[in-house]
Amino acid sequence: PWLLIPFPRSHPKVCIVGSGPAGFYTAQHLLKAHQNVQVDVYERLPVPFGLVRFGVAPDHPEVKNVINTFTQTAKHPRCSFYGNVNVGEDVSVDELQEAYHAIVLSYGAEGNRSVGVPGEDLPGVYSAKDFVGWYNGLPSCQELRPDLSCETAVILGQGNVALDVARILLSPLDALKKTDITQPALEALAQSRVCRVLIVGRRGPMQVASTIKELREMVNLPGTRPEMVAADFDGVAEALKDLPRPRKRLTELMLKTALEMPTEKEQERRKKASRIWGFRFFRSPVEILAEPGCNRVAGVRLAVNKLEGSGEKAQAVLTGEVEDVPCGLVISSIGYRSLPIDPTVPFDSRRAIVPNSMGRVHNAAGLYCSGWLKTGPTGVIATTMNSSFDTARSLLEDVESGKLDVSSAKPGSHMISSLLEKRGVKPVTFSDWEKIDDLETRRGEVSGKPREKILTVAAMLKVARG
Amino acid sequence: MAASAAARTSIGLTLRFHRVIPDCSKCPLYRLKSCTSNRANPQRRSSFNSFRTMNRHLQTSKCLSQAQEGSSNSEDPDDVVNVVFIDRSGKRIPVKGKTGDNVLFLAHKHGIELEGACEASLACSTCHVYVSAAHFDKLPEPEEREDDMLDMAPMLQENSRLACQIVLTPDLDGIELTLPKVTRNFYVDGHVPKPH
Repeated sequence: PWLLIPFPRSHPKVCIVGSGPAGFYTAQHLLKAHQNVQVDVYERLPVPFGLVRFGVAPDHPEVKNVINTFTQTAKHPRCSFYGNVNVGEDVSVDELQEAYHAIVLSYGAEGNRSVGVPGEDLPGVYSAKDFVGWYNGLPSCQELRPDLSCETAVILGQGNVALDVARILLSPLDALKKTDITQPALEALAQSRVCRVLIVGRRGPMQVASTIKELREMVNLPGTRPEMVAADFDGVAEALKDLPRPRKRLTELMLKTALEMPTEKEQERRKKASRIWGFRFFRSPVEILAEPGCNRVAGVRLAVNKLEGSGEKAQAVLTGEVEDVPCGLVISSIGYRSLPIDPTVPFDSRRAIVPNSMGRVHNAAGLYCSGWLKTGPTGVIATTMNSSFDTARSLLEDVESGKLDVSSAKPGSHMISSLLEKRGVKPVTFSDWEKIDDLETRRGEVSGKPREKILTVAAMLKVARG
Repeated sequence: MAASAAARTSIGLTLRFHRVIPDCSKCPLYRLKSCTSNRANPQRRSSFNSFRTMNRHLQTSKCLSQAQEGSSNSEDPDDVVNVVFIDRSGKRIPVKGKTGDNVLFLAHKHGIELEGACEASLACSTCHVYVSAAHFDKLPEPEEREDDMLDMAPMLQENSRLACQIVLTPDLDGIELTLPKVTRNFYVDGHVPKPH
């Protein structure tokens, strides 16, 4: 490890709030670097792993392999998992600070950025966060029941989540049947009439936030063909040579898909394709429209932009033109957003993060943060991993320097467990989770899926206690 | 879970345990051969191989199936490929691998701090390394999927590769693999992670 504390004399007790990648990677690093530290991970749901379970697309199972690493960490003798504990409601951050030497907040971003246009609340308009939560079995999103009876869907935003949603909407059912997508979602998609998905962004091809792997998956999606606007790519070929490698490769693939004459084989494939997808650039939503007298989305009014500046910093500027796109489904995928957990914890509501320097929360001794709560809701698991290691390192430096006082013993989980018991809250242990895991896996085997997810907290708790 | 640990071991994904288990060689019990712990005894490790249980939908890339399954404890000199890992603090760690070894798992076996979040399935960039100039061109060209994942790695260089895609051959003897210094100035190359 970057910082190894040999022969430590102290026995620090650290509490981590949130059991997604940020929580587990922070725990992993602390455990490895300090031979005495005890790490307790608290999680609101009965099940661990956060967005690895509820965010990563069902057809990306390899990304979920990281669960094996997290499982090893959870089973480390100096690590304990407490599921079904809502920090901020069942127990306060103040109480955690009494019990532990340090707290690492890593509860991520459960809210979403709103588009802020009229009509956003119309039936048929969903946030990508909720749509993804729905098909991934997040209990709070199981009542979504999205209406997939229209032909055209408009996705606002051009990041990887937008592409995930497009791909799940247009994937052949056979591809989805063998994934851990929920059964209700699979049934809804089997009935879906959505056959055209437009992925709309304010800026141009060189500003898309998605990455090449996801774009390639769309280009190669069986049964689909791309439909782009050639004029959107004016000037792009010329700008290629100055781009850094990742942006260059991504843009080249987009150009090729949009402009190049396809091979005969590809032309044949496209002719047979019944589903269409495409990027629409330089468009900002200004209103979501309903049919008069009908309380459902019927279209999106888009303002036409032009770009000022270039590269990552280019800005979209209105031209005054608008255009209306008829559609029956709108999914806004413009970013997740963290929420404040407890009034005693500093929170920057403009940036929607906990204000910090290298993971140390400002004006709050003993408080740290890692993951999206620390940096904002961007980045993949690898990004979160590095950021979590950084926070762990800050915490360890503070132990070494004495800035974090670990000299006196703290009660740790004993105090919290008895508080929770008094309040009628029964935590779910890691081996309780393994019962849930086992049941989901066995149920999945019946239908050839990696698992059949349990969809309500009540059902999860029943299995955990059983 | 023993079953999944055994399944992973049986396809060469061994020795992740080294990350969270203390280093036995420093323990007086081990040195006095008084340690009765299973994991301290290398011969006992082979008992895991008897758990050839179901592969629980573990998704991995093709390289993994070629990876050495048996232990690299035997040292047939013809097979040995010397590898030097240079960790994030600059420390040089020479190890002896064998032809056919997957470099990521070799690193794990020797406690090198190289993550492999997706377990060699080309779905992450956490095993990103820089390859010594003398050996970089000896590696087979990366497949498109590896390049796609490399694009996500911070501080990408001309000689960047994913360790999980490097399989040792005799002409790679002496190869040096440097772990990128992912420091506080995390995005010093201007790379901006993509919003979700």
